[in-house]
Amino acid sequence: MQSGAHFSLEDERSHGSESTGARLLLTGPYLVSTIGGVDRDLRSINGSVSTVDLSGVTEIDTVGAYVACSLAQKHGAEVVGADERASRLMKAVGPSAGGEANVRPERPVTLARVPETVGEGVFEFGGGIKGLIAFIGALMASFGTLILHPRRFRGKALVRQMELVGVASLPIVGLMSFLIGIVVAQQGAVQLRQFGAEIYTINLTGRLNLRELGVLMTAIMIAGRSGSAFAAQIGTMKLTEEVDAMRTIGISPMEALIVPRILAAFLMMPLLGFYAAVMAIIGGAFIADLTLGIPFLTFLARIQEVVPIYDLWVGLAKAPVFGLIVGIAGCYQGMQVKDNSEQVGLRTTKAVVQAIFMVIVLDAFFAVFFTKVGWA
Amino acid sequence: MDSDFTSADNELQHDVQPGSPHARFRGEHPIVVRGLTNRFGKQCIHEDLELKVNRGEILGIVGGSGTGKSVLMRSIIGLQNPTAGEIEVLGRSMTDAEPDEEVGVRSRWGVLFQGGALFSTLTVGENVEVPLKQFYPDIETDLRHEIARYKVILSGLPEEAVAKYPNELSGGMRKRAGLARALALDPELLFLDEPTAGLDPVGAAAFDRLTRELQETLGLTVFLITHDLDTLYEICDRVAVLADRKVIAVGTIDELLALDHPWIQEYFNGPRGRAAQASQEREQARIARAAGPEADTPAMDNPAQGGA
Repeated sequence: MQSGAHFSLEDERSHGSESTGARLLLTGPYLVSTIGGVDRDLRSINGSVSTVDLSGVTEIDTVGAYVACSLAQKHGAEVVGADERASRLMKAVGPSAGGEANVRPERPVTLARVPETVGEGVFEFGGGIKGLIAFIGALMASFGTLILHPRRFRGKALVRQMELVGVASLPIVGLMSFLIGIVVAQQGAVQLRQFGAEIYTINLTGRLNLRELGVLMTAIMIAGRSGSAFAAQIGTMKLTEEVDAMRTIGISPMEALIVPRILAAFLMMPLLGFYAAVMAIIGGAFIADLTLGIPFLTFLARIQEVVPIYDLWVGLAKAPVFGLIVGIAGCYQGMQVKDNSEQVGLRTTKAVVQAIFMVIVLDAFFAVFFTKVGWA
Repeated sequence: MDSDFTSADNELQHDVQPGSPHARFRGEHPIVVRGLTNRFGKQCIHEDLELKVNRGEILGIVGGSGTGKSVLMRSIIGLQNPTAGEIEVLGRSMTDAEPDEEVGVRSRWGVLFQGGALFSTLTVGENVEVPLKQFYPDIETDLRHEIARYKVILSGLPEEAVAKYPNELSGGMRKRAGLARALALDPELLFLDEPTAGLDPVGAAAFDRLTRELQETLGLTVFLITHDLDTLYEICDRVAVLADRKVIAVGTIDELLALDHPWIQEYFNGPRGRAAQASQEREQARIARAAGPEADTPAMDNPAQGGA
């Protein structure tokens, strides 16, 4: 009898003089695997049912027993014909039959939910600003403590983070910048050729990369590479209570986890930014040699003549600031993780998006500022 | 009013596919492990391990830390591909199957992991619904919610816990929620990995009782990894001892105590083992006292055997 669960209704009149309702006869296996086929029809029975007869049931599990119990409860009927296993199961699940089931917390109606969500958003934003200021404050305090007690400074952790942020990203940053140099030189040459000013490709490549692109693209790459790693690592450590464990041992997570990471980003960004600019210039010289007929070494020699030294200072001045932003965004978001694993992903995304956004906003600010002070 | 609904289900007979509804396993040994070898690099965890679990029993698995109890469970449920050996679960070979291949047994077992392993972004109720949705998508939403609700209550949680998230629950409640999910499909086989670890003694005893009750009511076969001697004495029908990369003995505790293996002797006759034994005898005496006046010997005057 493996052909699914069935049921039939019989009028009870033949058994007594008065109609007391119908006898509901369940037949076949009543299991979690078969119940899907009959549940809807069983629910739609209306009219009085006086007995639920299980004598035709070949196999039963708790789901079948639950359905029988809730049918009996709904119609005020009595269950008959249950074998030993069925009555044992019904005894176990019977008390919980017939209740309202909410598997999700209650959701307020839309009219209430919209202002509620907006309000929550506002409070969250305010809390975020407060949290960030508090975080920066705590960071300052730890820097202060470390300056007063230099022996507590974790040099090894810093070196390790510098390796991860700086040395390990050399290949990808280098390749990226090399290609950017090629694109800038090649596209610049196409436009400048219209004025017969192809030779200014060198100015364009050199100045643009040293001043803007080298540092900016590196900051974006580091935000994606290291900022996300900071947030995910610290977030996971928060979830597994490693951060709490540190606190109980008397290690300040600020000093042990966050200061080395932020300092590493702060220190490595200028170096990486300069390296990126150099690689971009090499890329430009490479493409100029191939397509513009400017020899490789001539290109490099001209760079020295046409690029003012303050372009380098502009780039190098911005780099540590961008490093700070990437580091702070990553570590702050990581420390905000709580409750569940979904938060790790959410906070990591936030760290990267915020870091890149802030880097670009600040870059625009720096561009105007340095031009105004005469470093055009 | 002589309606007959029987014909209404004719289209809904897609359940007739072979193997579904699953006939309950009628064989003698739902789990058979033959010649299991697990090696990680140079480290050998299991070598030629043999184990048969009887249908309808609670089998306790004990062994020192690092003897591969969890690895054994992971091998049986197909999370760990053994280096060599054969594993049969409910009459089907797990070792011949590809990882994650549907071998028709995943809907017939329930697994409770050590930390509960609840999906943290879902409520307890939704956690219970995950296997239901996965295997029986034709169950209507209403009924699925109700099933989730009664499973949660069956696992000894209050009704309100259905709509709570795992991080709002205590460790013990999380274990129970994990048990509710393991029971979602009315399994025939239940795997429990240290279910009472980290619970307070009262909570642990309650969990033991619950396991026993569910095992009796639902007719389960339970594979239970534990370090808890009280659990072993209270609810296990047989105990398998893992040591020296093998199952060195399987039997009731009395049978094991008759053996002369140093680790077994130390395990069951150590201070904790004796305490657990004594407490079980006290408990039995208490039950006997409650049952009849002739069993009225106070437990204090009747010290536990081997408890001295």
